[in-house]
Amino acid sequence: MERIEHFEYFIGPQHPGVTGNMSYHLWARGDEIIKMVSSVGYLHRGFEKLMEYRLWIQNVPMVPRICVPEPDVNETLYAMGVERLAGLEVPERAQYIRVLVLELARLAAYLFYFGGVAGALGLYTIPQWATGDRDYILDLFEELTGGRVYHIYITPGGVRRDLPPGFREKVKKVLKHLRERLSDYDRLFFDNALFIKRTKGVAVMTKEYALEMGVTGPNLRATGFRYDVRRGDPYLVYPKLEFDIPVTGDGDNYSRIMQRRLEFEESIRIIEQVLDMMPEGPVITKLPNPFRWKIEKNDVYVRVESSKGEFGYYIVSDGSEKPRRIHVRGPSYTHGIQVAQEMAVGLRIADVPVFLFSLDICPPDIER
Amino acid sequence: MGIGLKNLLNPLDAVKYLFKKPHTIRLPYEPKVIANRYRGIHVNDWDLCVGCGNCARICTCQAITMVPVEGIEPKPGSTNLRPKVDYGKCSFCGQCVDVCPTGSLKLSKNFNLVSPNREDYVFIPSKEWDSGPGTGWESDLEYSILNFERVEMPERPPEERRKDFEPVILGFSEEQAVVEGMRCLGCALCMDGCPTRMFIPQYIEAITDGDYEKSLKIFYVNNPLPEICGTVCTHRCEDACVYSKRGQPVQIRYLKGFGASRIDDRAKVLGTKIGTKRGRVAVIGAGPAGFTVSYYLRREGFDVTIFEALPVPGGMMRVGIPRYRLSQKILDREIGFITSLGVEIKYNTRIGRDIKLSQLLKEFDAVFLGVGFHRGIKMGIPGEDGEGVMQAVDFLRKVNLGEEVKIGKRVLVVGGGDVAMDATRTPLRLGAEEVILSYRRREVDMPASEEEIKEAKEEGVIFMTQTLPIEVLRDSKGKVTGVKYVRTRMEDQGPGRRPRPVPIMEETFIFEVDTVIEAIGQEPDYSLIEEEIREKLTFDRNGKRVVVDENGMTSVEGLFAGGDIVNYRGDIISAVADAVKAAKGIARYIEGK
Repeated sequence: MERIEHFEYFIGPQHPGVTGNMSYHLWARGDEIIKMVSSVGYLHRGFEKLMEYRLWIQNVPMVPRICVPEPDVNETLYAMGVERLAGLEVPERAQYIRVLVLELARLAAYLFYFGGVAGALGLYTIPQWATGDRDYILDLFEELTGGRVYHIYITPGGVRRDLPPGFREKVKKVLKHLRERLSDYDRLFFDNALFIKRTKGVAVMTKEYALEMGVTGPNLRATGFRYDVRRGDPYLVYPKLEFDIPVTGDGDNYSRIMQRRLEFEESIRIIEQVLDMMPEGPVITKLPNPFRWKIEKNDVYVRVESSKGEFGYYIVSDGSEKPRRIHVRGPSYTHGIQVAQEMAVGLRIADVPVFLFSLDICPPDIER
Repeated sequence: MGIGLKNLLNPLDAVKYLFKKPHTIRLPYEPKVIANRYRGIHVNDWDLCVGCGNCARICTCQAITMVPVEGIEPKPGSTNLRPKVDYGKCSFCGQCVDVCPTGSLKLSKNFNLVSPNREDYVFIPSKEWDSGPGTGWESDLEYSILNFERVEMPERPPEERRKDFEPVILGFSEEQAVVEGMRCLGCALCMDGCPTRMFIPQYIEAITDGDYEKSLKIFYVNNPLPEICGTVCTHRCEDACVYSKRGQPVQIRYLKGFGASRIDDRAKVLGTKIGTKRGRVAVIGAGPAGFTVSYYLRREGFDVTIFEALPVPGGMMRVGIPRYRLSQKILDREIGFITSLGVEIKYNTRIGRDIKLSQLLKEFDAVFLGVGFHRGIKMGIPGEDGEGVMQAVDFLRKVNLGEEVKIGKRVLVVGGGDVAMDATRTPLRLGAEEVILSYRRREVDMPASEEEIKEAKEEGVIFMTQTLPIEVLRDSKGKVTGVKYVRTRMEDQGPGRRPRPVPIMEETFIFEVDTVIEAIGQEPDYSLIEEEIREKLTFDRNGKRVVVDENGMTSVEGLFAGGDIVNYRGDIISAVADAVKAAKGIARYIEGK
């Protein structure tokens, strides 16, 4: 009888154990992973190329699709990039509204993340709760932007509409609810013995490895390296706001998940400040004729701290009505492919989904 | 962190939610409250929509196509096209709404479009989806990505300009022209408004790009008088501009004037090439129609001779329009270029007096008649023939030709059109102390252009609307001392019809004036045409205008016509349009001879 050296497993692209439309090919000896190969290509939509064929303003509805759980980051980046290229001033109120939107989106993305991680651990109450609570944020987005998932709200020059009447109070109500719920999440999930036992010490990423591989965002901070684009390369009105950059330090699954849990509170703090500090005034500057808007030859790199790490846009203009080239630096690119497949070696099969979820990989931003 | 009993028991806390109200699905079913800005299925008000197609052009997903809709009549400033949306492609971004100049396109709060048939997802939105939860994302001028405000044309202050005949408008600077020109969306609805269908979006683009040579070439495709039209045109294109529905239209007229003024030497850009010799054409009247037909025929190689009764070229452009509106320089430049191509002008030659029309018809291969309306219509009230009563056209002609005109201190002008406005503003510049305008309808009914009314008011013209002169009062020597008038009231004539002024005869009032200028309209003088030819000509119902066919030819063979004696609009650009048509007709006619 032939001796079986190893088993091969395929998870994804249709599998609750991966975070989206990508797949991993696993080789396991017994319960131990000996090799993992990540496989992307299920989602390629060619947005970067499509954008080269569209007017500057026409790309506004296109960019949010690059990251589905947190589309506003893309809108902000595109808007910031175009504004810098064209030399547009953004009204202060619009900048505050952008921060409000970005942080609400971060909360929504983290809630989704908590649900994903808990689901991978088999704690199925949390996904239900998190999705329900996220819907309160989506309701806010619907009220503010007219869309629940794709907001298409932040546009070069500002934001498309001012806050609707009574919006501030509605946001405060949702924030109060989320704060209350956070203690429930703590009791049910973050303090849960099952969660702690399954995640502590699993899949440890060292600080050096993270820096070498270009890992950013919460995954980097979870290794003990304090870096956040909001502080490192401030944009919008973040310098005016008070918030901490929490750092957990072990670099394991537990740290990565708790990192988000701590940042969740900071985001609530930021939104509360934004609501209090937001000045009155216009929310959009006058844009040139959208059909004939030409931007002089130049290039710019803009970056934003997304829930997954540093999100960047490199935009090149050549003096025409359309961008010459737009390159998107998706944060998941670094930890979703190389890091994931290297770190998975040695894990147990059951820990692989938890590990992948703890990295918070968003395949749409890997292959735009 | 160690694991204690707390970590094992705490999760059980979630049981408390068993007894709380769920925050997701509840029974009985509560319908979702949809946000006011929801971006759902399109709603389009077909009556407001002008079919400009900007929604289709902005659509990132190419989900919108413009399709003709039956039952909608295209008219200037509005096509019969309406957006058709493919909901397989639409991403509900709402940019089509933001770019809609009329605000007719909206997104509803409806999002339940469910059907087993593919065709049901592609349709022309109307108001159908507006029912139920109502309208969501709407166009809002405050946040619009379009610029509804124009760049104001710099003007001289009224106190200064009312003293002389220098131009009122100062012209755009280069920056102003670019800002104004950049507002153009390029939808080309304006072209339907222009009688000669100038290529407006194209030349505006050339002007904003700073390519004035290109813009000049585009002007001359169907208008050889661009700078004149760029100064005094009635700008029907601007009325058709999509911005005019909710804001101020792009100032197409002044942009054209600006573009044309940039190039002094027309011949250098357009060349002086003349086609091979083809025939001889006589043109009667050196006005806009006459010059236009001459230009295009001369370019084609015809020998053109213009017969003009006055000692100067330009017709009404020269003797009808005061200098402060259209300067001599502009006229000379534009006319000079046409004559430099070898168009011969015979001045002081009146048809019927100095030369007979029948003779021209015999001598030339074709004759173009563009004589215009040079005779003022009389009011027909007692005392009208007194000293100090004159016709506006005669008055303006004399002033423009530099002849002496006796004007009193207090002047009354009767009428409400552009000629009336010219006749009020010219006496001010000649030293009249007070000028009163009497018009039998209301100010909103005035056919004069808005800016002329505005400028006349700024210069101090007193508007006496809803007044009707009934008698000119004279002293024993026959000199005018005043005008007796009555007030009128407006009588509604039903929807779509102009209200009619009805005089209130019970009470009469008196204007104390020493000069009266009548500007209630003009008529043609057909006495220059011989009886035999006149009998063969077809006139319209009231006998004022000549009827021409699609080639611009009258019922007399070889006799073409254009300008005021043909069209009802009576402006320069319509004369140009007639003449462009006639030039083609004449070329075809002579070719086929």
